[in-house]
Amino acid sequence: MKKMTGAQIFLECLKREEVKHVFGYPGGVVLDIYDELTRHPEIRHILVRHEQAAAHAADGYARASSKVGVALVTSGPGATNTVTGIASAYMDSIPIVVFTGQVPTALIGNDAFQEVDIVGITRPCTKHNYLVKDINQLAYTIHEAFHIARSGRPGPVLVDLPKDVIQARTVPEFPKEIKIRSYQPTYHANPRQVKRALEMILTAKKPVLYTGGGIILSNAAEELRVFAEALQIPVTSTLMGLGGFPGDSPLWMGMLGMHGTYCANMAVSEADVLIAVGARFDDRITGKLSEFAPHAKIIHIDIDPSSISKNVVVDIPIVGDCKDALHQLYDLLQDKPPKDWAAVHAQWLDTVQDWEKKHPLTYTWSDTVIKPQYVVEKLYELTKGDAYITTEVGQNQMWAAQFYKFKRPRQLMTSGGLGVMGYGFPAAMGVQMAKPGATVIDIAGDGSIQMNIQELITVVENELPVKIAILNNSFLGMVRQWQQLFYEKRYSSTPMRAPDFVKLAEAYGAVGLRATKPEEVVPVIQQALDTPQPVIMDFRVEPEECVMPMVPAGKAMHEMLLA
Amino acid sequence: MEPRHTISVWVDNTPGVLSRVTGLFSGRGFNIESLCVAETVDPEVSRITIISTGDEQITEQIIKQLHKLINVVKVVDLSEVEHVEREMALVTVKAEDKSRAEVLRIADIFRCRVVDVSPHTYTLEVTGNHEKIGAVLTLLKNHGILDEVRTGTLAIQRPKKD
Repeated sequence: MKKMTGAQIFLECLKREEVKHVFGYPGGVVLDIYDELTRHPEIRHILVRHEQAAAHAADGYARASSKVGVALVTSGPGATNTVTGIASAYMDSIPIVVFTGQVPTALIGNDAFQEVDIVGITRPCTKHNYLVKDINQLAYTIHEAFHIARSGRPGPVLVDLPKDVIQARTVPEFPKEIKIRSYQPTYHANPRQVKRALEMILTAKKPVLYTGGGIILSNAAEELRVFAEALQIPVTSTLMGLGGFPGDSPLWMGMLGMHGTYCANMAVSEADVLIAVGARFDDRITGKLSEFAPHAKIIHIDIDPSSISKNVVVDIPIVGDCKDALHQLYDLLQDKPPKDWAAVHAQWLDTVQDWEKKHPLTYTWSDTVIKPQYVVEKLYELTKGDAYITTEVGQNQMWAAQFYKFKRPRQLMTSGGLGVMGYGFPAAMGVQMAKPGATVIDIAGDGSIQMNIQELITVVENELPVKIAILNNSFLGMVRQWQQLFYEKRYSSTPMRAPDFVKLAEAYGAVGLRATKPEEVVPVIQQALDTPQPVIMDFRVEPEECVMPMVPAGKAMHEMLLA
Repeated sequence: MEPRHTISVWVDNTPGVLSRVTGLFSGRGFNIESLCVAETVDPEVSRITIISTGDEQITEQIIKQLHKLINVVKVVDLSEVEHVEREMALVTVKAEDKSRAEVLRIADIFRCRVVDVSPHTYTLEVTGNHEKIGAVLTLLKNHGILDEVRTGTLAIQRPKKD
């Protein structure tokens, strides 16, 4: 083999990892990589307009495609701009690899131009990160980075590439397999624990399945459905788990937690056995910890041992891949004498249904003002529940979660853990890149869309027909909701003027549509869906609408505000 | 007081590993009372001894979170097993005419070694567990400690006796 430059090795590694798309932004220290890119037409580089968007786009791409998303940026500000995107991917366990340029090794520590210790900065928000100081380590490090990002509990990995390493030459050695002695995730769940768990589930009178993003990450939706249906156990999920169980199933109770359904929160509060699968008992789920699922024995399946008994002490911990554990549970069940589980759980399922009927997700209709929930409902209907949905963060995110009934995994991309305003639009670019031809809609607020609005030109330039539905209430709605409910309506810094989104869209070369009355909602959505270009839909909605139900911070789950 | 835990951590001997470990403690609000680190006989591995305080759940989290770091090879909570702990201190203590003999007597009782002598001072090397070093320092304080430095605790598991 002949000698290759660091830049050539880098691109060869991407090729070997079957990377087809890279989201990035060039700069001084990565010039050689960008130069080499011109000789690799098989890898498409999407030039974003802000590096934060590159990281979010890689995240959206990863979620939609089940592959590792890739971002490439320069040193210093290029690197620091990706931090929010990396931290979000870390909280949501999304596999991305971010390559940052770095000043030449001889200058590191010198406060050189555009130098920053990005490895130090991202240490607490990456699964792992590297500074490559030796070109002979480059190929191995890149492949190890991809391996770590996608295996076990996935997550972001950052690789910092000094300019002299990118320019150096060596005869590279591309590893055939990656073996790290100190990193061996447990995929296979302990059969003894699984057996104990099944015994507990079979004796339960009021079982509940509480599922999270782990179902989606481990591609376990089918196993979950089969298991839940076999035993007739009602299912609720976290925001991250939406789509992991069909939203139109009779066993589906909706999301749980702070803005969860009455039914799901009551069911968890009354359950005698709670089966948590790939979820991590986040504070937005549990509410007041001491009163969370007070009557339940808890089984917790998770690939990350540190997620187990972190917030809630569990009775049966199972470390392993959700798919493997659910598969084992189902197999074990087959060895048992058949039983009519619908009859066994009839009373419990009736109770659950009564809760559902008593307080379904709802809102007050208005003939004059557009209700934001109505917009999401119509988006659901007109896309036949088939669209890829990304969200920003705040009220738009919660209404999307409540009123769009996700039916398949990887259909919803949302910054669940970190809660990044400005995530949804760049993530939608990533999704559209991974799923050309699919309908991709970013459900946004007028506040959050402005946090990465610059990417409008990226979608126009790359002909990515992303649709943005802005629920425009001239407020930072979720913060205002808290002020409305808990701060006696003192609206401090939450009323905000928005630009003319229709003109803005047009200025960027996209299509802008507006609806100000309820009867305009459907035509606007329909027109947007029929338009082959990127579209902004500006829905002028009821300004003071609140997301309900709501469990006030620090309260128990059953203490919901309903309206 | 919250229980004290002695945790042994084997890590890859590569740059930045120590800051990953200490960053984990500060980022997640875990305590570090002392920390010792050095290479093992295998030059690719370093061993860290951390003394930390916290209840059972916190200690369990500390160990799990340490395991999660890619560069961590192995973690053992030595508090759970029979083990020996040692710490070393170097102390420069005032030793004037009258007190010279007394300082030496204390040094002798606690089996300290005199590692440096000047007309007005002794520098002592003290080895022992955390409590013993505390006791020596308390006694020497009466004579005037001019300078002191402690290693932090090292710990090793006792082999099975049978």
